[in-house]
Amino acid sequence: MFGFISRRIAMALVVMFVVALISFLLFRFVGDPVNQMVGIETTPEQREALRQRLGLNDPVLVQFFRYVLGAIQFDFGNSYQFKQPVADLIGRRLPATLELSFASAIFALLLGIPMGVYTGLNRDSWLSKMFLSVSLVGISLPTFFIGILFIFFFSVTLQWLPSFGRGEVVALGSFWDTGFLTISGLKAIILPAITLGLYQMTLIMRLIRAEMLEVMRTDHIKFARARGLPNRSVYYIHALKNTMVPVITITGLQLGSIIAFAIITETVFQWPGMGILFLQAVQNVDIPIMAAYLLLTAFIFVFINLIVDILYVVIDPRLRTERGRA
Amino acid sequence: MSILDIRGLTVEFPSRKDVFTASRNVNLSVDAGKILGVVGESGAGKSTVGNAVIGLLENPGRIAEGEIHLDGKRIDNLAAESMRKLRGKRIGMIFQDPLTSLDPLQTIEFQLVETIRLHLPLSKTEARAHAVDLLDQVGIPNPEERIAQYPHQFSGGMRQRVVIALALCADPEVVIADEPTTALDVSIQAQILKLMKRLCEEKNVAMVVITHDMGVIADLTDHVAVMYRGDLVEYGESKQVLGAPKHPYTQSLIAAVPRPDVKVHRFPQVDYIEGSAKPFKQIDIGTHWLGKARDYKSVDGPLLDVKDITMKFLTKDAWISKNRQYFTALDKVSFDIHAGETFGLVGESGSGKSTMARVITGLYHPAGGTAHFAGQELTSLKDKKQVLAMRRQMQMIFQDPFSSLNSRMRVRDIVAEPIKFHKLASTNSEVNQIVDDLLEHVGLGIAAAAKFPHEFSGGQRQRISIARALATRPRFLVCDEPTSALDVSIQAQILNLLKDLQDELGLTMLFISHDLAVIRQMCNRTGVMRHGQLLEVADTEDLFDKPQHAYTRELLSLMPSMDGLSRQNLEEELA
Repeated sequence: MFGFISRRIAMALVVMFVVALISFLLFRFVGDPVNQMVGIETTPEQREALRQRLGLNDPVLVQFFRYVLGAIQFDFGNSYQFKQPVADLIGRRLPATLELSFASAIFALLLGIPMGVYTGLNRDSWLSKMFLSVSLVGISLPTFFIGILFIFFFSVTLQWLPSFGRGEVVALGSFWDTGFLTISGLKAIILPAITLGLYQMTLIMRLIRAEMLEVMRTDHIKFARARGLPNRSVYYIHALKNTMVPVITITGLQLGSIIAFAIITETVFQWPGMGILFLQAVQNVDIPIMAAYLLLTAFIFVFINLIVDILYVVIDPRLRTERGRA
Repeated sequence: MSILDIRGLTVEFPSRKDVFTASRNVNLSVDAGKILGVVGESGAGKSTVGNAVIGLLENPGRIAEGEIHLDGKRIDNLAAESMRKLRGKRIGMIFQDPLTSLDPLQTIEFQLVETIRLHLPLSKTEARAHAVDLLDQVGIPNPEERIAQYPHQFSGGMRQRVVIALALCADPEVVIADEPTTALDVSIQAQILKLMKRLCEEKNVAMVVITHDMGVIADLTDHVAVMYRGDLVEYGESKQVLGAPKHPYTQSLIAAVPRPDVKVHRFPQVDYIEGSAKPFKQIDIGTHWLGKARDYKSVDGPLLDVKDITMKFLTKDAWISKNRQYFTALDKVSFDIHAGETFGLVGESGSGKSTMARVITGLYHPAGGTAHFAGQELTSLKDKKQVLAMRRQMQMIFQDPFSSLNSRMRVRDIVAEPIKFHKLASTNSEVNQIVDDLLEHVGLGIAAAAKFPHEFSGGQRQRISIARALATRPRFLVCDEPTSALDVSIQAQILNLLKDLQDELGLTMLFISHDLAVIRQMCNRTGVMRHGQLLEVADTEDLFDKPQHAYTRELLSLMPSMDGLSRQNLEEELA
């Protein structure tokens, strides 16, 4: 088990190193950073002095080494537009995005799993059919459209929930502002979280449903019934756990994309998260932010994949011996 | 007073169009400590009877008429919840496939303790002690340690013992065993049957054993009920039914069991099946496409010459090659097969016989050794054209007729695919004609072409597989347990079909089976395999009459056979 995890971590480090290389190359090849930082009236001597100060005249390898060293210490340089350290900018935005992603993932799992189990067990009930048709809407409508519909209905017409922003936030320590502790913060997160999680919920529900249908036909379920086990333990102990491996794979990947690509939802709801920061960075060719965002996204995916791999082994004992050996 | 009493049981499966009656007016009873066998082929309704007793009829099945009494009390009309409480507590059940009967994600301990505590008022530690005790009773060594393991850490036979322990954990009065040994090797089967018999006597349990295997019936049961298409056709003491069957169906069923003692030209078929003797168009193979243009050059010496084939599977990977660990599936296996003969490979599961088939057909790449087919080295074939030409000459028939056909393709497309792939016919109408003829010839009829595989029974699907294999006009067929998933009467038909085709087309066959009786009927020469080694190769008749290797003798002695019963009779007469 230990060997397995350390091997996985080693592989994750390799991936991160390659991503760091790509993100570093962004600096080298997408325009001259000095041009981005100074005005037109700067003299060539001043430019040269700046180059020297930024270390842009050093050999490429030295620069890369310096970049990686910085990245490990969360130092991604200064943003061109804001003239502030990128780490601070992202650090201020990250909690908003993480909270939104977390809320929508919870929403997707808490609703998706029971709905999947229900529709898998009661294939022909009218409720299953309704879940399936509603979920079709969730999968086929684009996120921004659902978001706008929600705003129109719940914010404009009914005036129940706010249409933009995070509401009041409370500072937890010096890095983290949370919206979970105030009523207005909780109210504000409902619509964006549902908008962002609807697609994942549908996916999880359909996946669990398909897996449930498959598992309920297996012999060990029949044998569990023949031993007189009540439905509750047949469904939730023996059947559901056996559906988990594919569900974890997909959920893990989806969670990564929720965090990394919350951009559209954040734009629709004016959510002050990383998505908006990234959009601004793209518009203004703010390469340090883009590079850091690239690294962060890669890190999130690699990290989630690592968790998924470990969860496989926790859930399925058959993989323990095989993977342990493999 | 019998413990289990089934009176006039009729089970129906209503569908939109009509009602299918799975069992009709079945009367059976079992006494405590006795074993009742229910025998019949698939579709006979024998499993339906078992499922009806334990109240697990699959939807939309229902008991239309009749009563089931457990120890004098009627149980067929109980509410679902009270029926559930009977299950496992008073009626236990054992299923066919031990590999899939246990939840793979929970430990044996969890599953045993869960079941025990459900039925008996025991604490966790008491339940665990009881579970260990049960595992010990069913013959699992080191139960204290092994109880904490997961199902995949047990072998098939050991898992079936766990399943039996689970079925017995609340001391039920009745145990229903649905094909309990069908998925097991002969040596394991013998052990499990012995165990079941012992437990039945020790615990005074009434046991209903549902099986298609006459050998199991002869070995195990006191009484036997023969079912055919939902009807109970014969019921009586096992000795009497097997020794002197009265009903014509029982007679032909017993006749269809392959005989291990004498080789017969063709299998006697169960001729009792009404309406199945449809005459199919017989094709003159010589002038037909199938037989024509079989332009294979004749070879001097053997058609297939296998030398020192070694196959290893990686079990532990490592970056340094000497740290890698391998499982040796084939250890320097050498044999040859001459044109026109059937060569048998026999052995228990894990002996490497299927691996051999896959090496020959190119599905696996061997770690060492050579295989020459018609003078051409197979293992080093690189050129795509040559590989294709080789594949065309060799076709494979797989064991499981359910997973070896693509369920989303129509039969016509399945059979036509190899013809089109190898470009053996020029026009679509020609391909269609060939497919029609093939389907006729293997005994399916043209109407089969438009259907999907799931519309066919196992035997019919195996015929589709055979038609597909023939579609490339091969000269070498590899049959990997082609009939082990089939009923005896269907097995007889399929084996006869293979023999006919071999005569007509001059096919050479590699025939893999675990069933010695089948091997004796099919093969000219036979090799015995164990743990990846070929222990003995001999003419089949010699192998059976004068086995050289100790393992061959052991296998032969374990062969479950109908004459087990006559031997028993003899012993009784002598006593």
